[in-house]
Amino acid sequence: MLARTADNLFWMARHIERAENTARILDVAHRSALLPLDIEGAEAYLWYAPLNITGCAASYEVKYGLARGDDVTRYMGLDPDNPSSIYSCLKLARENARAVRGAITSEMWEVINSTWLELNRMTWNMDIDKFPDFFDWVKDRSHMFRGVTLGTIIKDIALSFVKLGTFLERADNTARILDVKYHILLPSVNDVGGSADYYQWGSLLRSVSAFEAYRKIYRDVISPLRVAELLILRDDMPRSLHACMNEVEMALIDINGNSGREARRRAGRQHAALHFGSIEDVVAQGLHEYLTEFLDQIALLGQDIRAAYLSRRDQFEPVQSRWNGMQMQ
Amino acid sequence: MSTQNTPTYFDEMRNGENVVRDIYGNYQRWLEQLPDGTLERKSAEAELLFRRLGITFAVYGEAAGSERLIPFDIVPRIFGAEEWRRLEKGLKQRVQALNAFLHDIYHDQEIIKAGVVSERQILGNVLFRKEMQGIDLPNKVYANIAGIDLVRVAENDFYVLEDNLRTPSGVSYMLENRNTMMRLFPELFASHTVEPVEHYPQMLLDTLRESAPANVSDPTIVVMTPGSYNSAYFEHAFLASQMGVELVEGQDMFVHQNKVYMYTTEGPQQVHVIYRRVDDDFLDPMAFRPDSALGVPGLFEAYRSGNVTLANGVGTGVADDKATYLYVPEMIRFYLGEAPLLSNVPTWRLSEADDLRYVLAHLPELVVKEVQGSGGYGMLVGPTSSKEEIAAYKQRILAEPASFIAQPTLALSTCPTMVESGVAPRHVDLRPFVLSGKEIRLVPGGLTRVALREGSLIVNSSQGGGTKDTWVLEE
Repeated sequence: MLARTADNLFWMARHIERAENTARILDVAHRSALLPLDIEGAEAYLWYAPLNITGCAASYEVKYGLARGDDVTRYMGLDPDNPSSIYSCLKLARENARAVRGAITSEMWEVINSTWLELNRMTWNMDIDKFPDFFDWVKDRSHMFRGVTLGTIIKDIALSFVKLGTFLERADNTARILDVKYHILLPSVNDVGGSADYYQWGSLLRSVSAFEAYRKIYRDVISPLRVAELLILRDDMPRSLHACMNEVEMALIDINGNSGREARRRAGRQHAALHFGSIEDVVAQGLHEYLTEFLDQIALLGQDIRAAYLSRRDQFEPVQSRWNGMQMQ
Repeated sequence: MSTQNTPTYFDEMRNGENVVRDIYGNYQRWLEQLPDGTLERKSAEAELLFRRLGITFAVYGEAAGSERLIPFDIVPRIFGAEEWRRLEKGLKQRVQALNAFLHDIYHDQEIIKAGVVSERQILGNVLFRKEMQGIDLPNKVYANIAGIDLVRVAENDFYVLEDNLRTPSGVSYMLENRNTMMRLFPELFASHTVEPVEHYPQMLLDTLRESAPANVSDPTIVVMTPGSYNSAYFEHAFLASQMGVELVEGQDMFVHQNKVYMYTTEGPQQVHVIYRRVDDDFLDPMAFRPDSALGVPGLFEAYRSGNVTLANGVGTGVADDKATYLYVPEMIRFYLGEAPLLSNVPTWRLSEADDLRYVLAHLPELVVKEVQGSGGYGMLVGPTSSKEEIAAYKQRILAEPASFIAQPTLALSTCPTMVESGVAPRHVDLRPFVLSGKEIRLVPGGLTRVALREGSLIVNSSQGGGTKDTWVLEE
């Protein structure tokens, strides 16, 4: 497969997954805002969380100042100036898809294209009570994209690159959600195992569609450690780090190739750590430290993948350099 | 030469006595029993379909709206099998002669030696590529894909308006139009035996395969696009995906020891045939325009060495400009020893003093075109232009007469077309796509373009024209 095609497939999937996760993050923020939070400056406190998760707090402040619910939602949802807003992600996903129309099925293209066209019919001044519908719509479109992909694409490396993008992005997002929320919910380390608000933890679980799974698996009150275990270590939980790394590792094995050895090694190590790890190890390291290291590894893995498959220009360019030489004379 | 001023147009559906032509009989009966508003509703459905599928053209800008749809008309244009066979023969003959001509002028130039074509016309043409001299191409084919624009003025009277031998586009619309018609009107296809066109991509792939460099048994074929901002990008992507080959940009390829490779996830892979939709000038900064970043440095040398096939070949433009066009009937006689089956439009060459004098005196009746123009830009349509426009154009002609040709305003046939006021006659032309590999092939039909404005003769999509499905009925 053409390296540029692989690059676009990888990013198309990442952008869609990112749009979905941003919708999830905003959705849970909106739910949380409806609940009582007994601290000073509660609104700003709550609304910095989604900005921090997506790493766009600084650029938000430049444009809007203090974090307020509808501003944050618009900035993260609809603002074309924010390169990681849902709007920008869906736009980029469409550009990626458009660049590789030949490599995806027409049904995949239609889902992405009609998503983009519908998004453009939505207005900037969306009513605040329309936000939940908007988040659901984004999630629906993402689900539809995944369904259509699995239902129509040939199971070759095109699909592997789509999976790689999807699950790398999802692992990254789940780790971020868990990290930021953990800090909001547990301002002090002494609170671990204490009586953090049931509803707040519940909304975190809902943000990653894990509430019902939690109930089924633990049949007990919601405790932060179990939430962490569920979202980090349980490989039967579709959005957990473990489940994501299962998929990432499988995709890398399917793609294969000599140049991907480093990426496979890193993914395998990461996967093994999750596969054989226990929640006690995580707590011993400190949850925040654990997640920070995980995010660093994910970023490095992204670089390895890029170097191995997505950009091969550095390998083999004798004529090009001769040409450059001629120009300089 | 006489000019045609009387606006009696051949109607594809009805003859002069308002009697429906045989081949339209079934369609007409179906049309008459349609409940009111059906066509309007289907038209709206078609537009939605095209929008959703992203079948767009024009420059891709910031806003979603800047990708335009080419208006699609839901009334088909219908040919009978027999009249189509005649066209098909004429088209194959013409393209065969054009390829023979290209081979000749880049080799022995017999046609110049024989005095059929002037040396100045060929060697002095800016589209003549002297770098191509002496290069042998597979099957001696230069224009693997040709789009020949035809117009009809009477039942058995067709003219070739233009030969497009560089990177002719529009074939994706031919295929999507059919696709859309079959979705919208399945019952029509049940009651008509329409010859299929859907196998065009397979035919194109066969043609490209046959055009691979000698000794390559399983060639790697790619479609090369200038990129997603190009106006015909949809078509490039469409054809690549229909053929199951990679869609590449210049940046995806490099040349090593006169061989072309593309960067893949498994490392460099050699490329043998490039269906390129990039103009000559932008193919290779080392051979042509050094300021261009669209191409591949070294590509032309690899091509000269016979390690890669470019379809179409380099330098085909010299055979499709509007001055060389004049000689095509002579080419057919010269190379094939046959009488031309399709006629040229009578044409005045403004480089000739007599022709120039005549044309300047008759501008309001004539169509004047730039020799190297395309896309319907820069032409003067005398009968529909104001005095001021004609006067301004006259100045341009006088400044450089040799850059222009003139033709009578043809009475292009009309075809019933959905417009705001209902179904009304609009002028149409036809672009069939002729493929040349080891043999010459075409699917029955082509792209019918329609001028949507009443009375307009300009059908180009860049000028607001639309397209229609084109049917050849089996008999």
